[in-house]
Amino acid sequence: MSKHTLSHLDALESESIHIMREVAAECKNPALLFSGGKDSIVMLRLAEKAFRPAKFPFPLVHIDTEHNFPEVIATRDKLAADLGERLIVRSLEDSIKRGTIVIKDESKPRNPFQSVTLLETIAEFGFDACMGGARRDEEKARAKERIFSFRDEFGQWDPKNQRPELWDTYNTRVHPGENIRVFPISNWTEMDIWQYIGREKLHIPSIYYAHEREVIRRNGMLVPISDLVQPKTGEKVEVVTVRFRTVGDVTCTAPVESNARTVDEIIEETATSRITERGATRMDDQTSDASMELRKKEGYF
Amino acid sequence: MNTTTQLLRFITAGSVDDGKSTLIGRLLHDSKSIFEDQFSAISKTSEKRGMDAVDLSLLTDGLQAEREQGITIDVAYRYFATPKRKFIIGDTPGHEQYTRNMVTAASTANLVVILIDARRGVLVQTRRHTYLASLVGVPHIVLAVNKMDMVDYSQARFDEIVTEYKAFAAQLNLHDVTCIPMSALVGDMVVDRGENLAWYKGPALLELLEKVEIDHDVNTSDFRFPVQWVCRPQSEEHHDFRGFAGRIEAGEVSVGDEVTILPSGRSTKVKEIVTYDGKLQTAFAPQSVTITLADEIDISRGDMFVKASANPPKVEKAFEAMMCWLSEAPLDKNRKYLVKHTTRTAKCLFSSIDYRVDVNTLEKHANPEVNMNDIVRVGIKIQQPLVFDSYTTDRATGSFIVIDEATNNTVAAGMIA
Repeated sequence: MSKHTLSHLDALESESIHIMREVAAECKNPALLFSGGKDSIVMLRLAEKAFRPAKFPFPLVHIDTEHNFPEVIATRDKLAADLGERLIVRSLEDSIKRGTIVIKDESKPRNPFQSVTLLETIAEFGFDACMGGARRDEEKARAKERIFSFRDEFGQWDPKNQRPELWDTYNTRVHPGENIRVFPISNWTEMDIWQYIGREKLHIPSIYYAHEREVIRRNGMLVPISDLVQPKTGEKVEVVTVRFRTVGDVTCTAPVESNARTVDEIIEETATSRITERGATRMDDQTSDASMELRKKEGYF
Repeated sequence: MNTTTQLLRFITAGSVDDGKSTLIGRLLHDSKSIFEDQFSAISKTSEKRGMDAVDLSLLTDGLQAEREQGITIDVAYRYFATPKRKFIIGDTPGHEQYTRNMVTAASTANLVVILIDARRGVLVQTRRHTYLASLVGVPHIVLAVNKMDMVDYSQARFDEIVTEYKAFAAQLNLHDVTCIPMSALVGDMVVDRGENLAWYKGPALLELLEKVEIDHDVNTSDFRFPVQWVCRPQSEEHHDFRGFAGRIEAGEVSVGDEVTILPSGRSTKVKEIVTYDGKLQTAFAPQSVTITLADEIDISRGDMFVKASANPPKVEKAFEAMMCWLSEAPLDKNRKYLVKHTTRTAKCLFSSIDYRVDVNTLEKHANPEVNMNDIVRVGIKIQQPLVFDSYTTDRATGSFIVIDEATNNTVAAGMIA
């Protein structure tokens, strides 16, 4: 390669930095959605690269389902504190108290309700742009979403009416009350994320690495035992060496069997994996062929 | 898999009938980029639809909205990697009304694969796709002559198509055209060479994608740095720090270089090139960096740093451009729009609408109405000076989008003449 060549990671990094700076420069009141998961940890490093030595020109925001893995929440708080950046946490519990979310079954995933609290938080702070760590390789609805994804007052995504996105010239304009979801790592794959975590030596929650965990086998997936998930009659609790490929709601995020205890071993495993990231791990995506598309239309990330 | 592979963005153009989805499915499948759960999902669907073999085209079938209507409505992006390169595929539908989608996907592509059916040869849509690729300045073109299995893998038929296509491509000033015979259905010359096309000595598609030279797809000689964001930490530690953050869109810059800030025209020297990973001596396109300067000059977002070169940019309040109209609402000559060019947004007016190009025949029609999917030549007046190059010199500083202030929609994409 000549001296004018960037590696794919450097090219992706530069693209993401460019996107974040466009948001900072053009949006009046942006926010960065930060959950403590691996993709949002990569987003934090990219924000450092985009804005240091200054502070981030936006707060970090987490919409907490309170169905989280404790290791992830601990990492979230530690990283925000270490960086000295402002972290806003809004909980689904607040929406439940307000009566805007009605939970019928505590053991069911809360992801479908996250949109409600997100929209309430957007209204509370008047955010006009929310940056999220979603990637196009995750899911087929995301494969068709723009980097700057325009949402109406109800947070709805209309796949048939997206703004054309040409070159790297992004249209960030919205009317009051509307907002834009921005996905700076749209073009990254699961492999890119792991290579970047390795290269940048990023601290990620321990549950991404292989560990022993009590699980039950349900519909071909390993379901982790927690306060919210207990074995049903006839189900056998096993201790299995597992790691999580994604982290979300504890009731619907399944680990995979793995002995990968380092980033290099995870990269190795990702290179030979024959199952997609969400396919292996997200029970909520499997309810129908269009689960993600429908949730996005309701205001999900 | 290592971390120093290069990234190549390409698009595929052609209709479903040309086997485009099958080709993408074949690329992903034979390069082992399809996952078991994806494969089992499309196997089930193929079976449900009563097909004998797994329909690889189902892999690119996306949204419920599309499945209901049996069409592809938008650009979908797909990713795969080989040990040599990482690839981003922009998958665009071949429907006539989707010119805008192809222009959109082509705007960031290094390469376009134009598919044709060997039985049908060069069609109107082949010309259209080729014209659009040349208009948007995609540096490398591959003509994939598919369905060779349906013409008995005839070299004579392939040669006939290539001769006709090259004559057409020559009119469009296309520099790098490679023609490949293939059968996406059987798998010949996509990833593997197969056994049926022994007479063909050129590269198979994946081999070409892996080795096509893309280092010079960006302008490497004329330094262009549009200021995106001014970095002023105002902290104890960095009290006097004032950096200009942006992405180098073309060329390179080193510490000590004299730079001119446009449109003001003031000159100074580069003091530091700052990144999170430390200071650099030299930086080049498309790196994102923060530049500090030797002198204090009033600089804000939208200004552009350049170095003296044989091709200075223009600093003017008007230009001529080719434009693709993207919006359902036609262009209204009496209205003001916004133009966003690099990091500057300004009000604009269409001073002339010279002609429309018929994308099928390349004929020019004077004084046109401008509707969705139309390609037109226009004159534009801008409220404040822009710093620009011609699109053929520099894709980044020669391109712009037009925004309708009333709806905030992106209504056109333009390439400065």
